[in-house]
Amino acid sequence: MLTVGTDKPAYPPYFENNNPANGKGFESAVAYAVAKQLGYATNQVKWVVVPFNSSYQPGPKRFDFDINEISITPQRAKVVDFSDGYYNVNQAVIALKGGKADGVTTIEGLKKLKFGVQVGTTSLQTIQDIVKPTQQPSVFNDTDAATKALKNGQVDAIVVDLPTAFYITGAELDNGIIVGQFPAPAKGEQFGLLMQKGSPILTCVNQAVAAIKSSGELQQITDKWLGAGAGVVTFS
Amino acid sequence: MTPAAADLPYVDPERQDHLRRRARRDAGIASLSTVVALALIVWGVTSAPGWPAVKEQFFSPSEFKASFPSVLRGFLLNVKLFCVAEVLILVVALGIALLRGLRAPVFLPFRLLAALFVDVFRGVPTLLLVFLFGFGIPALQIQGLTSSVTVWGTVALVVSYSAYVSEVYRAGIESVHPSQRAAARSLGLSSFQTMRHVVLPQAVRRVLPPLLNDFVSLQKDTALVAVLGPIEALRAAQIYESSDFNSTPLVAAALLFIAITIPLARVTDRLLARERERQTIGVR
Amino acid sequence: MSEPLLHVDSVHKAFGTTAVLRGVSLDVERGGVVCLIGASGSGKSTLLRCINGLEPVDAGSIRVDDIDVTDYDVDLDAVRRRVGIVFQAYNLFPHLSVLENVCLAPRKVARRPSKQVQAQARELLSRFGLADKADDYPDRLSGGQQQRVAIVRALAMEPDLLLLDEVTSALDPELVGEVLEVIRDLARSGMTMVLATHEMGFAREVASEVVFLDGGVVCEQGPPAQFFAAPAQPRTQAFLRRVSEFGHL
Repeated sequence: MLTVGTDKPAYPPYFENNNPANGKGFESAVAYAVAKQLGYATNQVKWVVVPFNSSYQPGPKRFDFDINEISITPQRAKVVDFSDGYYNVNQAVIALKGGKADGVTTIEGLKKLKFGVQVGTTSLQTIQDIVKPTQQPSVFNDTDAATKALKNGQVDAIVVDLPTAFYITGAELDNGIIVGQFPAPAKGEQFGLLMQKGSPILTCVNQAVAAIKSSGELQQITDKWLGAGAGVVTFS
Repeated sequence: MTPAAADLPYVDPERQDHLRRRARRDAGIASLSTVVALALIVWGVTSAPGWPAVKEQFFSPSEFKASFPSVLRGFLLNVKLFCVAEVLILVVALGIALLRGLRAPVFLPFRLLAALFVDVFRGVPTLLLVFLFGFGIPALQIQGLTSSVTVWGTVALVVSYSAYVSEVYRAGIESVHPSQRAAARSLGLSSFQTMRHVVLPQAVRRVLPPLLNDFVSLQKDTALVAVLGPIEALRAAQIYESSDFNSTPLVAAALLFIAITIPLARVTDRLLARERERQTIGVR
Repeated sequence: MSEPLLHVDSVHKAFGTTAVLRGVSLDVERGGVVCLIGASGSGKSTLLRCINGLEPVDAGSIRVDDIDVTDYDVDLDAVRRRVGIVFQAYNLFPHLSVLENVCLAPRKVARRPSKQVQAQARELLSRFGLADKADDYPDRLSGGQQQRVAIVRALAMEPDLLLLDEVTSALDPELVGEVLEVIRDLARSGMTMVLATHEMGFAREVASEVVFLDGGVVCEQGPPAQFFAAPAQPRTQAFLRRVSEFGHL
């Protein structure tokens, strides 16, 4: 039995219907693909709820690996083991049509906006390191709260990863727009599977990830669930 | 003028000596017992197999130093919220308590409203109120109403705590013996003057412990405003925590909270001791 | 000396189904000292509380000088400025010093200037031997001292009529004397008073009239010499006999 962890609620387009076990959604599909490479059939995969904060606490983990849009950073890698990346992340800015953020195309132009962002995400770091706005950003527990604030006009724009940006503007906002995406960082930002430090399955998991990359399966999954990507302005 | 020997109370030197020796022995036992207990706890914790990992995760000096400025800055927001909210709570709660005590028939709607206020806002969890006020009211898009999260978060805290504190006031007011009111009215003091000069001063002194308890509780609940976005101490700690995957910033935030609540608790104790002293009939 | 200062006419008062006053009538002349005596529950306290408006009457009327206390629209605060009352439990305000206790009502109700009020208060306190207690808090005082302060507090409002409700009953015997001394002094200075009391000896000495309440009505009344020497009613006689057997009730 392979135990895989993720947070609840599990958001589209990474999961569908808040049910990781249905195989739908980008990360659900990746998890089952990796599991198959490791020798586990679909019905041999068990899902457990792991709040983001508890995934990196000391002590034995309740899962074999955790898949939860977690970006690999060197600091984090000191505390946990990451697999090789399975997705290149771009951060994007979304806002309401006709709002202060509408039409902004430069990073300079973003500085004057009041941003909202989810705590614990590299989206927040993007705001702090790249945009450096004049007003302190509002930091929420989850993207839902940030979206509410955007609708209320309590923030001008929110920063999320590109796939989530498509989902929110498509499904949750009536007049939402993707203002633009940030240029990919120099070393690139990637999602990785999280395992406990010194995990015995690290090598195997990496082999599995490499396998689905080289076979093209990963690209297929990416295209299926995170298809839209073109047509978004990149900030200069 | 030294008192004559006959005026001093008589003590048996041998009995005094014995009592002194006994006191010294008791002090020794107390110290030894404390040291042993402490040693056992420290040994128990640090020899646990997971201790090194826990120590690094929660008590890392480098992480503490790195995150402290940001957590402290967030904490200043907590302090500001606390100060503003507490003043408003004391006033609003007193108003509600007094409203509920008005007897004249013309005031019935106010009495009912006040009772409703207390029932509703004591029943709803504070966190839920923060959400409802912080996101819900701005969503109504009423002209002229600010959508600032700090304002509505504070309003939620004030509303929630006023409901509790008004009951504390009411208990205090009702604990003042009716004969005090009778004496005051008999002197010609009006209902308002009686409340202001006789009943309320006594009522407030009696409920100082629960009032100060609520103070301390409020101090911690300012962290709830974080769900609306402002970066207060806990949120600042969380930001650091999730970027480095280290929980020491949370410990830093906890220490800051304790730094305020412990002195508050000691001030309460001192105030209480002073009141008790004043009430004691005895030779000074 | 035409109209009595206090005129009580056929007052009835019940608490729930218990009738306490069943038609009490009483007149008190200016400068008179009326002692109300009677068993516990005979209605002495109730009568006093009706006189200053603390209790509303069920029937009858009460007039203090030109104010009808039982009128539907009476200004009770005006009544209480003219009628002072001192209770059995001293009811001093514990959070105020003795001086502040005495000065509170004159300052807030009569609106007299603070300095004047304080000076008058100190004078009153020293008249009754309490000058050095002025800045103490009530809890530091003995029962007798507290009761004397309560009387001073009532006097500070310069009432026309002073009601005293068994003011020595809660005191230790050795403290009773100092309070009686105060009352004696007030009587000598012409204060109109109605006192409910168990102290028969004191009543005999200081009263201008003794009124015996029994079963909610005035059973007998008269000047003390005659009242104690030759009571007319059998119930009065029985009561006085019981009192003399036990010292005082």
